[in-house]
Amino acid sequence: MTPLPSPSPLEGEGRKGEIANFAMMKLKAIFFAALILFLLLLPMFAGKYLLYMTIHILILSVFALGFNLLLGYTGLLSFGQAGFFAMGAYASAKILLVIPSLLLGAIAGMIAGGIAALILGYLCVRHTRIYFSMLTLSFGMMIYSIAWKWRDVTGGDDGLVGIPRAPFTIPGILSINMTPMENYYYFVLVISLLAMFFLYKIVNSPFGLTLKGIRDSENRVSFAGISIRNYRLLSFTIAGLYAGLAGSMVPPLENTVTPPLAHWTHSAEPVMVTLLGGIHTFSGPIVGSILFYLIKDIIVRYTQYWLIWFGSIVVFLVLVFRGGIVIFFTERIWPLFSHHSPPP
Amino acid sequence: MLEKLIFQSLIGLSFSMYLWLLAAGLTLVFGVLGVLNFAHGSLFMLGAYATFTLYGKLGLNFWLSIALSLISVGIIGAILERLFIRRIYDIDLAYQLILTFGFILIFDDLVKMVWGGVAMIPPMPRFFEGNLSVLGRPFPIYNIFIIVSGLAVAVILWLILEKTWWGRMIRASASDREMASAIGINIPILFTTVFVFAAMLAALGGALGTPVRVVAPGIGTAMIIQAFVITVIGGLGNLKGAFVGALIVGILTSFGILLFPVFELFIIFVVMAIVLMVKPEGLFGK
Repeated sequence: MTPLPSPSPLEGEGRKGEIANFAMMKLKAIFFAALILFLLLLPMFAGKYLLYMTIHILILSVFALGFNLLLGYTGLLSFGQAGFFAMGAYASAKILLVIPSLLLGAIAGMIAGGIAALILGYLCVRHTRIYFSMLTLSFGMMIYSIAWKWRDVTGGDDGLVGIPRAPFTIPGILSINMTPMENYYYFVLVISLLAMFFLYKIVNSPFGLTLKGIRDSENRVSFAGISIRNYRLLSFTIAGLYAGLAGSMVPPLENTVTPPLAHWTHSAEPVMVTLLGGIHTFSGPIVGSILFYLIKDIIVRYTQYWLIWFGSIVVFLVLVFRGGIVIFFTERIWPLFSHHSPPP
Repeated sequence: MLEKLIFQSLIGLSFSMYLWLLAAGLTLVFGVLGVLNFAHGSLFMLGAYATFTLYGKLGLNFWLSIALSLISVGIIGAILERLFIRRIYDIDLAYQLILTFGFILIFDDLVKMVWGGVAMIPPMPRFFEGNLSVLGRPFPIYNIFIIVSGLAVAVILWLILEKTWWGRMIRASASDREMASAIGINIPILFTTVFVFAAMLAALGGALGTPVRVVAPGIGTAMIIQAFVITVIGGLGNLKGAFVGALIVGILTSFGILLFPVFELFIIFVVMAIVLMVKPEGLFGK
């Protein structure tokens, strides 16, 4: 299998390209500012259902962003991320059943996902390509079978039930009731935006650039005296932290966690949305997550068999828009406009 | 004690044969076409549903039902390969897996739409009813039929690959696609035939399982993951490995259920992970 191709970079097209690039960065900044404003104001006009959907979109975005640090930036396809997601969900559920603190649940989930990823990653990152994918698949399924069968701890196939949406408390300072959906929405939104911000910093740091270097040419980076394995392991651990964090936000929302969270078909979700949005752009997984729930919501209005249509869309996208939606817009649609009327 | 061991192995062996029929096609397609087909389990499921309808619902002859199921799934396989799989030979693994995963979603919901979501078991053909006495315990005749069929398929596959002109072409293009094409092998047609053949093997596994195993929408995804385990253990693209892998997984599962009923699923993934860590190319890989 050849390494994933990099997108054609926008630079190197002379001054015109630079201007277009700069204009696009400005456009992106405006777009994201508008999006964040929209998300902050959403509870003022949205009903409970829309907030619930948006929470799911945010959870999937965090999950898929972490996953894409591995696939898009490190060149490793993990098919076991649902295992770390479930570790986060179960850890947070266990904490919330004992100590009613939302923040503690999220932290516990994140740590559980991260530690599991650190340990299993140590065994996985020795391999690449299909062997890496199969190894992550097998570890993910081990976590699934534990969740399914270790009844005393995980509740078996019934899962853990009656998990409270505990208040957000910082002892002695404040305590916010999370029962209204709006409040929990703001909690998830803040956590998700912070997670996105940190990941953006990570991929644009020297560490992120080294990862891209490893993806594109393993030999060149190892000749520079860099331990490829450690970088891969760190990337894998961060992806696990993000999966765990995403998972930790599920129990307070649904009040229950069940083994299918760890199943390999759930591992396919971040793969799908990341490829949908595009693996070589930072925002790809976010755009993919929005599209995933949007498409689902639209199709479900017409037929309960929405997966037939969603599957068809996935097939179509792989055959036609392999770069992902984001690249399609920035490289095909945007130049059409910028060509005719170059922005000042 | 020894009797118990042998008896439990026989039960495992009959389960191995379904896995073998599925894994054989999966590994053949990977070895020749270079595509890891997630949707291979869906073809197994379609074979089961087709046989269920023809034999269980319409009351056709058992053998005729199986033959017709193989033909119809073969046609579906031909359409799949011609229209879709052909376009993803040379693209990255991630996209291959996701495109074929898209077909899992499509087939799973299609089956739910046509047959409903409930699990069904059609009646056993009358001539297979009853048990044989093996070491003083009753062993279903049907399981013996499954074991014989699986072994027969293994022998036939070996003969086809080693002795026929088609088999030689397959082996040639598996070891060097460009060279095979240069000496005049029509690769596109060969690939279609291999994919159709693999689809029919999967359908045979599904069809043979109909009278004893449950026919339900999720059986494709449940089986494909075991087939992945098998092909990884035996070596991706290696038929002999797939056979041995199927025996290992089938027998391990049957003993696992007996000895550690809680962790039988866990064990086979442990074996998969150990093989990947120690010898990633599989037990029979080059």
